[in-house]
Amino acid sequence: MSAAPARGPGVLSRMLGSPGALIGCVVLVAILGMAAFAPLLAPYDWNATSQCRRLAAMSPEHWFGCDLFGRDIASRVMGGARYSLAMGVSTVVISLVFGATLGVCIGYAGGRVDRVGARLIDAMLCFPPIILAILIVAVLGVGLWNAALAVGISGIPRFARITRSATLSLASRDFVEAARAIGSSNLRVVLRHLLPSLAPILIVMATLDLGTAVLFTATLSFLGLGAQPPTPEWGAMLNAGREFVRYAPWTMVFPGLALFLTVMAVNLVGDRLSAVLDPRQRVR
Amino acid sequence: MKLQSILRRLLGVIPTLLITWTVVFGAMRLVPGDPVLLMLQGTPVSDEAMAAARVKLGVDRPIVVQYVGFLANAVRGDFGDSFRSRQPVTSLIAAEFPYTMQLAVGGLLIGVVLGVVLGVVAGVRSGGWIDTLCMTAALAGLSLPSFWIAMLLIQVFATELGWVPVLGTGLNALILPSISLGLFIAGGLARLTRNSIIDVMQQDYIRTAHAKGLPAFLVVAKHAMRNAMIPPLTFLGIQFAVLIGGAVVTETVFARPGIGRLLVQAVLEKDFPVVQGVVALTTAAYVLINVLIDIAYSIIDPRVQS
Repeated sequence: MSAAPARGPGVLSRMLGSPGALIGCVVLVAILGMAAFAPLLAPYDWNATSQCRRLAAMSPEHWFGCDLFGRDIASRVMGGARYSLAMGVSTVVISLVFGATLGVCIGYAGGRVDRVGARLIDAMLCFPPIILAILIVAVLGVGLWNAALAVGISGIPRFARITRSATLSLASRDFVEAARAIGSSNLRVVLRHLLPSLAPILIVMATLDLGTAVLFTATLSFLGLGAQPPTPEWGAMLNAGREFVRYAPWTMVFPGLALFLTVMAVNLVGDRLSAVLDPRQRVR
Repeated sequence: MKLQSILRRLLGVIPTLLITWTVVFGAMRLVPGDPVLLMLQGTPVSDEAMAAARVKLGVDRPIVVQYVGFLANAVRGDFGDSFRSRQPVTSLIAAEFPYTMQLAVGGLLIGVVLGVVLGVVAGVRSGGWIDTLCMTAALAGLSLPSFWIAMLLIQVFATELGWVPVLGTGLNALILPSISLGLFIAGGLARLTRNSIIDVMQQDYIRTAHAKGLPAFLVVAKHAMRNAMIPPLTFLGIQFAVLIGGAVVTETVFARPGIGRLLVQAVLEKDFPVVQGVVALTTAAYVLINVLIDIAYSIIDPRVQS
């Protein structure tokens, strides 16, 4: 067992000790709740057209106004939370699972495997991230899940590199040597001893990456490479609202605001989490 | 001795480029569908014309021969012709490059000014409310969707106030795109600069400078800034390298010509030679700039050893 060292006050209370992180947590919980209960909360069906006049302005019935097809924007923003968050989270899961597995494997294997693996990872990191994601979309084809997959794949080298270097420094530690000495299989050493020790680093990385991932997948949707109409994904909604910004600015203000608040909240939480879990970071 | 290590680093670019270009080549071969049909884009043609097109594209040859051919041409800067415009990919990219360059410089300029000011102020006043304010602003810069802020800027400053043109490629039309690009760069730069300044401010030579009675402003400007700027410079170098590949989003929102827009258009139109060429050249520029930054360091700062 590799028990976590005593941390004094709990991680959670230290997490919430900073006003920024507290606000971030509250906003994030609100957005998660909005996504989870969107069908109950949304005043209208988010895909139903002709709920109001085309491009109708904000009113007590339609808080955020209406889009070109007379769909209620407030309902679409609520429904969009599901798609935007789902895309962001699945992206991080893909990068995390594959990147961490790859990183642990080559770091633990060491020797030639590690040298070749590290070289390949470094080479993959030479693709500017958005360019790599667009290249993958070009291969997979345009679409919501393909965009998430593309961003997820393009994040694998980043996770692999950090996991690898963390594994390298852990692999020579006593508890790993001891586990090997008593005859633990490689799989057991990785699963029972290395992964629990890597967990804090991986949690921090995944959280810090989530904000970027949500932003990134929305960007692809905005470019027309991700979610397609009529999906109420925030990036896709902004893309659809582009033509009418002049006459109906609300078509782009609210989806963008939702996206910004989500990413900002995730970043506030991620920043604080990295300060609390990673002693090398300067706690502010 | 020094020249040798510089040469070694430059040669180190070759295997990296080989791997990335192999990935690009492989990815383009994974695209489902017949490249000849994609090139003809539904135009009905005879079997002979199809066969001729196949030979012209070189897809009738074994994959290994195609691969070697791709590398040999790529090294000479030849990435084939666009499926759409039938022009050489390299000249298409060359035509867009100046616009991308202008935007990259504009964005970096705004990013540096904003980022350094925020970072230095936060670092010098670390721990207080000024620090929190500056760092929250920096985080906001990193969290703002650039396409959203771009649309807001257009709506406010171009449509409502009419201060700057929405479209065009003149200097005036460069202001809003540069701001929307610069905010993100400023966010990252401010955070790095702050941490770097805090580290430097704890050094002995800063205490000495204070002790000899130098005004606080001069201590920061003359002693702290110069030593604290190395990590932020790396970040800027990488950002510049990314921007060379085109500010995909900014170019699209502002309908500016540029390499990023060329790439997105090519993906949407399934113009694969253009996709291949843009990605291959962008990556090459990225790798090269990174190596040049490394080399520049070892020359500027003798403590950095290869």
